[in-house]
Formats: sequence, C-alpha cells, structure tokens
Amino acid sequence: MPSDPLVAQHVLEFPGGYTRTTGPVIGRFLTELRARRIVGVRTAEGRVLVPPLEYDPETGEPVTGEYTEVGPAGTVKTWAWVEQPLDSHPLDRPFAWALIELDGADTALLHAVAADNAKAMAAGMRVWPVWSDRPTGHITDISHFAPEVTKIVSNVRAEYRLQAGGALRTFLEGVERGVLLAGRCERCAKVYVPYRLNCPECGQSLGDTFEVPDTGTITTFAINNLPDPRAPEVPFVSAYILLDTTDIPMIALIGDVPAHEVRQGMRVKAVWVPESERTASMANIRWFAPTGEPDVELS
Amino acid sequence: MGNRCAVIGVGQTHYTTKRRDVSIAGLVREAALRALEDAGLTFKDIDAVVIGKAPDLFEGVMMPESYLADALGAAGKPMMRVHTAGSVGGSTALVGASLIQGGVHERVLVVAFEKQSESNATWALSTHLPFSASLVVGAGGYFAPHIREYMRRSGAPGHIGTLVAVKDRLNALKNPYAHLRIPGIDQKMVESTPMLWEPIRYLETCPSSDGACAMVLSSEAAVTGTPAWVHGTAMRSEPIFRASRDTVSPQAGKDCAADVYRQAGIADPRRQIDVAEVYVPFSWYEPMWLENLGFAAEGEGWKLTESGATALDGDIPWNASGGVLSSNPIGASGLIRFAEAALQVRGMAGEHQVDGARTALGHAYGGGAQFFAMWIVGRERP
Repeated sequence: MPSDPLVAQHVLEFPGGYTRTTGPVIGRFLTELRARRIVGVRTAEGRVLVPPLEYDPETGEPVTGEYTEVGPAGTVKTWAWVEQPLDSHPLDRPFAWALIELDGADTALLHAVAADNAKAMAAGMRVWPVWSDRPTGHITDISHFAPEVTKIVSNVRAEYRLQAGGALRTFLEGVERGVLLAGRCERCAKVYVPYRLNCPECGQSLGDTFEVPDTGTITTFAINNLPDPRAPEVPFVSAYILLDTTDIPMIALIGDVPAHEVRQGMRVKAVWVPESERTASMANIRWFAPTGEPDVELS
Repeated sequence: MGNRCAVIGVGQTHYTTKRRDVSIAGLVREAALRALEDAGLTFKDIDAVVIGKAPDLFEGVMMPESYLADALGAAGKPMMRVHTAGSVGGSTALVGASLIQGGVHERVLVVAFEKQSESNATWALSTHLPFSASLVVGAGGYFAPHIREYMRRSGAPGHIGTLVAVKDRLNALKNPYAHLRIPGIDQKMVESTPMLWEPIRYLETCPSSDGACAMVLSSEAAVTGTPAWVHGTAMRSEPIFRASRDTVSPQAGKDCAADVYRQAGIADPRRQIDVAEVYVPFSWYEPMWLENLGFAAEGEGWKLTESGATALDGDIPWNASGGVLSSNPIGASGLIRFAEAALQVRGMAGEHQVDGARTALGHAYGGGAQFFAMWIVGRERP
C-alpha cells in the first residue's frame, strides 16, 4: 500500500521520564518493596490499606502512622485474562490482571498473575509474589504473582545397555536366519519356545535347540483399541499362538485379516520381513497371518 | 498357624483420580493415622511397620519404603517392604500378620499405597525392553485374552461382565471411600462404553486411583477395641511362563484357597463365608474367581453372578465395598480387600455392611495372575 504523505509517526515522551514525589506513605511502601517486604497502613478504624494511602478513602480521615507487613501471599478476589499482552505489560505471555487481597490486608492490590491459561485462574486461588532480580523501589519490584507450588516435575531417566545373552541370543540368532528355535525339558518333555535354559516347571535344563515350525494355532487373543508403538494402527490383534509341536503359546501380532474375523483355533503362519531386512530381533516376524486351513477344535 | 492375630484398626483415604493436595508421605500418613485412631493407639504403640506398593516405576520413587520410614513412625523400629505386584496389598497384610503369629511383635502397622496420578500405570507396565517379543499393552491387554478364553470354555453369555460392572458400582455408592461413584449406573451405560481391549469395555475396568490403606495388627494380649480375628492366611505363586499353565483358573489360586480354607475349617466357601472381598479389576474376573476359589463349580461361576448371589443382598456378597472396579490404588487394592473383610466381621462397614457377617474372605492376585494372597477373618476368636 503506498504511504500516505499526510500520515506521520509522533512520539510524546518527556525526556528522562516524569518524576513523582511519593509522599511519606507511598514512599514507605516502595522503600519496603525494595527490601522485598509488602506493607500496608492502618486506618483510624483499624483497616489495613494495601497499597497504603495517606487517607482513608472511605472517610477522608488521615491514616494512622502504623505500618504493618502483609502477605507475601494473597487471595485472588477477581481477575481478567489478557490473551495478547502489550509491550508495556509486565509479562510477555498471556496472563491475568487480578485484584489480590494479601494476607492481613483489607483491600486488594492490582497486579499480574502468571498462569498457564484462563482455566487455571479462579477467584479464591492463592498466589505468591515473584520478585524482580533488581528491586528499585517500584511496584514492578514484584515482577508478578504466581500460583502456589503444588507439584514439581521430576525427570527420571535411566539408560541401560542391555545385552541379550545365553538362551535369548541363541533364539534371536535363529530368528535372524528365519527359524524359530525351541528346547525340550529333559524331565517333563515339554517343548519351550522361545528357547530357554531351564524348564520353569521342573527346573530341569532343556536339551539342545531344535527348529520348530513357524505355523501354529491361535489359542486366544485380545482386540486392542489402544495403540502401541509396535502396532500403531488400531484395532490390532495380539494373540497367543501355540506353534506346532510346542507346548507354550507365544504372544504375537496378527495381520492380513480384519480384527473381528480372528478366531480362537484359527491356523496362522509367520510373515517374515524380506531377507535383506532381517536382524536378530522379533521384528523379523511382521505378524502371523491366517493360513486358510480349517480351524482347530480347542479342548 | 502360630499365635492368634487380630485386626484392631483400619484406616483408608478417600480414593480419587488425583490427590493433588498431599505428598506420598502425607497420603500414607493419612491412612496410618486413621488406622491408629481406630485402634485408639499412636505410633509409639507400634513395634514394626510393613509397607507394600506396586512397582517403583509407578511413581518413579526408588525404594519409597526408605523415604517413608519416618513418615510412618518407624524410626528405631523394623521396617520392611513387600513386593508381589498387584497382590502386594494382600501379601503386606500377611507378612505383618506373620510377625504377630510368629510371636516376634505385639503390634504391627501394615500400610499400602499407590499414587497413580504421579505417572501412568499402563506406561509403567509396558516398558518394551529390547529383544522382548511380548506384545502386551498394560494389564487390560494382558488379561483380555484370558477372559476371552473363560467365555469360550464356560459358554457364559456376553452380558455377565456388565452385571458385575454395575453391581460393584452400585455397592460403591454405599462406600464413602470409593473412587468411582456413578449415580444411575446400569447395564446400558456399561454397554455404551467403548471396548478398550476386547472383550473388556471401558466401564468393565478398574479406575486409576490415588490412595492408601492401613491396618493395625495385634497379638491377642495387645488387642484394643473391636478385633477381627485372623483364621487363616495363605500365599502362593507360580511361574508365568509354564507349559500347560491354566491362565483362566491358575493352580496357585486353587492351592492358596485350599490352604486358607483348611486353616479356617471351611469346607464349603459358598455356605460358610458370609462376605468376600475379592480382587476383581476387570468385571469378568468375578465369575472366573468364583470358580477358582471354589464358590462355584468349573464353568458355573457366571451363573452365580447372573443369579444375583454375589450382590449386596445376595447369599454370598462379593465386593460389598465396590471392589477394585470402583477404587484401584494398585498397591493398596489388595490391602483394601483384606481391610474391608475385617471391617465386615467387626460390624464396622457402615452402609455396605453385610448383616451378621461373621466370616469374611480377603483376596488379592497380581502379576500375570501368578501371585495370590488370601486371608479369612472372623468375628470370633479362632
């Protein structure tokens, strides 16, 4: 848009800023603020005015000379939310202007309250002053007020280096080659897959590994409607699959079939990722998919 | 079974989604001080403290028992932590009871808690370690297939789960400590909620609660107030990965029940037990545990539920307090079952009191239904 020659910017600013003589009462208040204390003054009727005045605004009578420390915490009496702060506002993010009755005061002080959003504001909420780093004796010595601390965030992070050792390594190395390795208990003859060192029933060691088929039967399953990092699309089916010739089901994802067509007794086969993508990880099996064979009758 | 042991004080917090007003220490103290008040005692009268909670990952506080020792008045006293996953509340009570039964102490404070709002249990139960083949999302994802298998085997009609979901929430309306209080709850409301882990609907699952429960256990000589006498205690566990393991009706649960019934002289639990507080975090676990605990024959548990026998006005009320389905501060949930059983036989259960309850079962299970803890408490001295 072409500039209008009859429009001009103009700044009206008294060089150095106006001076204000505080008088004894406001002066005391600001001097105390500089020392990070908030004081009020008592009226002849015994009320405490904060910020203090030289006179009781209700009666016009002079106040007493008695200063009393109030706060520092106070209660929000009412508030207005500022969604878009101006340059001259005390905070550069959305905040509330609030009338705050400091503990021990009978009047409310206008100040800014930092809150996450308008929903976090309520009449009756308790707020505390947050002091500016370099107090000078000005109302801005209180940077703003903030809600009471009711929770902290504790970042706990533990980083481990996990090494798949022993039986698990043997099993996963098999998976990398595209085979599932099992072991048979030397006492009870139960076949365990994934391969493990001992029978959890007898405590007996399992014999040498051998390959078991990657086909099996779904014994039972859940249709999950809550997503998981490994199955981001819902619904997904997690199923117990009893691999042929084994005695303990494995939990795995079912694919290539709508969730509600999965059945107990359904025959399935592992779907492996292409050989070029294989690693020593269960991610090698994308999921198990129906074979189309007749269902197995479950006992 | 050793020396006689009695429950002489019970304290609970009001279970809710977020107890933003208290720290973990404040939460456990609230329950402990109420239990002490119930017993007319103070921390000075306690010889030892036993605390239980579910895995540390739930709050991210490592070994919270160390931090909580002085909050529970345990300075200069024995303090120990019990950890058996979801059954831990029950196991905590039993470890405390064993210290009395063994003659080691006169009075033991047992406390269990969870502040689920500090993190997220499903996250904590699904940490996805490298190399793991498991594809289980939280407790619901684990138990849903076993519920499905129960439905297939028993031929139970699909609405049985909703009956339990409604019944326990109606009971919760009579329990001032219960978390879920849903006026007007009915089958239609339960059925209208989404399937989370089919066949488990949203309102067929337990809530996530913040809360703590505590009991003061006492030897016979140290009893104050109204005692609930311990008639039997039992714990069992079994390997989760075991060929031909029955995940619908685990052997460890059957063995644990047989043991606790033997000690308490119970041959027919349905007739001899007046009220049961049983760990039912998903509605279908009521019929499943009715069978596992011998209240019904195999495949018949759902018929008992359907007949209304387990309702507050039935002949064998289950979870008169509203149960785990209504309040679930996980680590405390087992202890709450044990404490509610004690409240019933003390005649102190308030609006959800079962008239004339003389014998009650407290039950908890945990992990992949592989840890079990049970006790029988009675109005009379054993």
